[in-house]
Amino acid sequence: MTKVENNKAWWLVLPVFLIVAFSAIIPLMTVVNYSVQDIFDPYTRYFVGTEWFKQVMLDERLHDALIRQFIFSFTILAIEIPLGIMVALMMPTKGKGASLALILVAIPLLIPWNVVGTIWQIFGRADIGLFGAMMAELGINYNYASEPMHAWLTVVLMDVWHWTPLVALLCYSGLRAIPEVYYQAARIDKASRWAVFRYIQLPKLTNVLIIGVLLRFMDSFMIYTEPFVLTGGGPGTSTTFLSQSLVQQAIGQFDLGPAAAFSLVYFLIILLVCWVFYTTIMHMQKDK
Amino acid sequence: MSTSSSITSQRSSEETIAEGSYSSQAPQAPVVSLAERKARNAMWRGRIGMTVYLILLLMPIYWLLNMSFKTNTEILSGLSFFPENFTLENYAKIFGDPTWYMGYVNSIIYVSMNMVISLLVALPAAYAFSRYKFVGDKHMFFWLLSNRMAPPAVFLLPFFQLYSSVGLFDTHIAVALAHCLFNVPLAVWILEGFMSGVPREIDETAYIDGYSFPKFFVKIFLPLIRSGIGVTAFFCFMFSWVELLLARTLTSVDAKPIGAIMTRTVSASGMDWGLLAAAGVLTIVPGILVIYFVRNHVAKGFALGRV
Amino acid sequence: MVWMSWTLPTAAFFAGIALILVAMTTWQAIYPSVERKGFLPIETTRGDRLFIGLLSSAFVHLGFVALSDVPLYVATALCVLWMCFLMRWG
Repeated sequence: MTKVENNKAWWLVLPVFLIVAFSAIIPLMTVVNYSVQDIFDPYTRYFVGTEWFKQVMLDERLHDALIRQFIFSFTILAIEIPLGIMVALMMPTKGKGASLALILVAIPLLIPWNVVGTIWQIFGRADIGLFGAMMAELGINYNYASEPMHAWLTVVLMDVWHWTPLVALLCYSGLRAIPEVYYQAARIDKASRWAVFRYIQLPKLTNVLIIGVLLRFMDSFMIYTEPFVLTGGGPGTSTTFLSQSLVQQAIGQFDLGPAAAFSLVYFLIILLVCWVFYTTIMHMQKDK
Repeated sequence: MSTSSSITSQRSSEETIAEGSYSSQAPQAPVVSLAERKARNAMWRGRIGMTVYLILLLMPIYWLLNMSFKTNTEILSGLSFFPENFTLENYAKIFGDPTWYMGYVNSIIYVSMNMVISLLVALPAAYAFSRYKFVGDKHMFFWLLSNRMAPPAVFLLPFFQLYSSVGLFDTHIAVALAHCLFNVPLAVWILEGFMSGVPREIDETAYIDGYSFPKFFVKIFLPLIRSGIGVTAFFCFMFSWVELLLARTLTSVDAKPIGAIMTRTVSASGMDWGLLAAAGVLTIVPGILVIYFVRNHVAKGFALGRV
Repeated sequence: MVWMSWTLPTAAFFAGIALILVAMTTWQAIYPSVERKGFLPIETTRGDRLFIGLLSSAFVHLGFVALSDVPLYVATALCVLWMCFLMRWG
C-alpha cells in the first residue's frame, strides 16, 4: 500500500511514545548511570568509569552463562521449529475439530510462567510426578534436582512443551493463507507429499517462521521464571541463564554497578540480534 | 511481447507433456483410487499424530488437575490417574481465604487495566503507521519492537525505584504501566498488520462524505477491524497474565499477584502440593475462557496479522 | 531525581545523543533522505546509518574496555572517524 507523507501523524503516535518512554527510557538512563558508579546508597556513590564493564566482560561466570544461554536457545529452536511445523501440518482444518484443536494447542501459552515451572516441578519428580515415575520405571535414576544433565533436559523439555504451540499456531495461520487452487494444481501434477511441502507450503511459511524464530529466540534469551521455579538455576549453575545471573547479582548481592554494566552488555546483544532480524524481515517484505 | 509469447509457448508445451503422461496411463480408475487411498492414509496419520501430540501436551496439565482434587496424604502415598478420595478441600481453602483469592482479583485488575491502556494508545498509533509516512517512522517502529525484546530483568531495579519515587509502588496501575513496556509495542505491531489489510479507499471515501477523523475512526474504521482488536486484547491479556518477574517486583501487599502468593505453599512443614496444584489450575481457567472467545481469529493473530 | 544517580559524564552522553537525534530529525524534515546503496550490503537512509554507526561504536568501546588497557578516548576517536566514513559512504 502506498502511504501518504504526513508529519502530523506524529500526534497519533505521541501517546504510545510517552507511555513506552516512561517505562523504557528513564530506567535505561538509570542503568547507564549505575554502570559507571560504585553505589552504596543514593548519597554515597563514587564514579569508577568503565571498571565494571571490564569486570563484567572478563567475568568467567558470565561467559559460562552466556554460552549456556546460546546453547539453550539454539537447542530449543532446533526442536521447536520442526516440531511446530509438523504439528501445524497435522492440525485439522475444518469443522468443530479445528476450533477444539486450536484451543487445546494454545493452552500452554496461557499458563503463567511460574505455574509452568510448578507443573514440571511436580511432573518430573519421581515420587509424585508421572514423568519422573515413568523414568524410574524405565530404570533411569532420574532426578532433576541433583543431576545437572537431567535438570538441563527437564528445562529443555519444559520449554518445548510450553512454546512449540506458538510455532505451531504461527505455521497453522500461514498454512491457512494458501489458496486451495495451489493444492488442486499439485494434485493434477501428482506431486508427492514432500514436493507439496517443499514448493507450496514452505515458501508460504517463510514469513511466519521468521516471526516465530525471532520471538522464540528473544523470549528464550530472557527466560527467567520457569527455570527459577523448576531448579532455581541449579544444581550448581547448570541451568543458570543470563537473566537469572543478572537478578542474582542485582537483587541477591545488591551489586548495583556490575549488575547495571551487565544489563547494558546484555541489552546491546539483544539490540543487535533484534536489528538483524528486523532488517531481514523488512527486506523480505520489500522483495515481495 | 516476446517474453509473454515465450511463456505461452512454454505453457502449451507443458500442457502437452502433462496430457501425454495422462493418456499414457491407460486404466484410469485404479490410479484415482490409489491417490484417494493415499490422501486418506495421510489424513489418518495426521489425526493419529495430532491425538498423540495433544495427549502429550495435556498430560502435565491433567496431572496438575488430578492432584488438585487429592489430599496431601494421597498425593504422597503413591501415583494414581484418578483421585481416590475426591476432595474439593484445596479449592475451598483458596476461596475461603481473602489473602489467597485477592491474588486472583489483583491479577485480573492489573491485566484488565493493561489491556485497556494498551488498546487505547496503540489504536491511533497503529493507524498512523499503517497509513502515513512521517519523519523517523521506521526507527520509531523498531524502537518499539526492541522494547518488546528487552529482558525485564535488565530494568528490574530502576523500575522499582521509578515507581517508588512517583508513589505508585504496590498499586495495580504500576504493574499495568510496567507491562505496557512489552504489550504496547506488540499491540501496535498486531493492529498495524490488521489495519494494513483495510483498503485506503474506505478512508478517502469517508473523508469525502464529510466525516471528521475521530468520527470516521470510531464509527467506520474500528468496526472494520473488530476481529483484530479482539485478538490484540487477547494477546495483551496473555502476556500480562503470564508475566511474574515485574509484577512481583512492583508489589508487596495490596496489589500482589497470584503468582507471588503461590510461593506461600512452601512452609517449614514441607510443600502443600494439593493447594499448590489447585492454585495452579485456577490460573489456567481465565486463559481458556479468553481464548474461547477469540478462537476463530486467533490463528491470524498469532501471525501478528501478517500472513 | 536523586535515585537516578546522575553523573556529569552520563548526563553529557545523553545530552549528546539527544542533540544528535534532534539535529538528524531537523535535517530529515528539511532535506528528506533517500534510501541508497553504499558499501553496506543493504540500502540505508541517513537514520539507518546513524543507528548502525552508534551500535557498532558501542561494541567497539566494549571491545576496547575488555581486551586492552588503551585509554578510551582512542576508541572514541576511532569511532568518530568510523561514523563519518559510514555516514558519507555507507
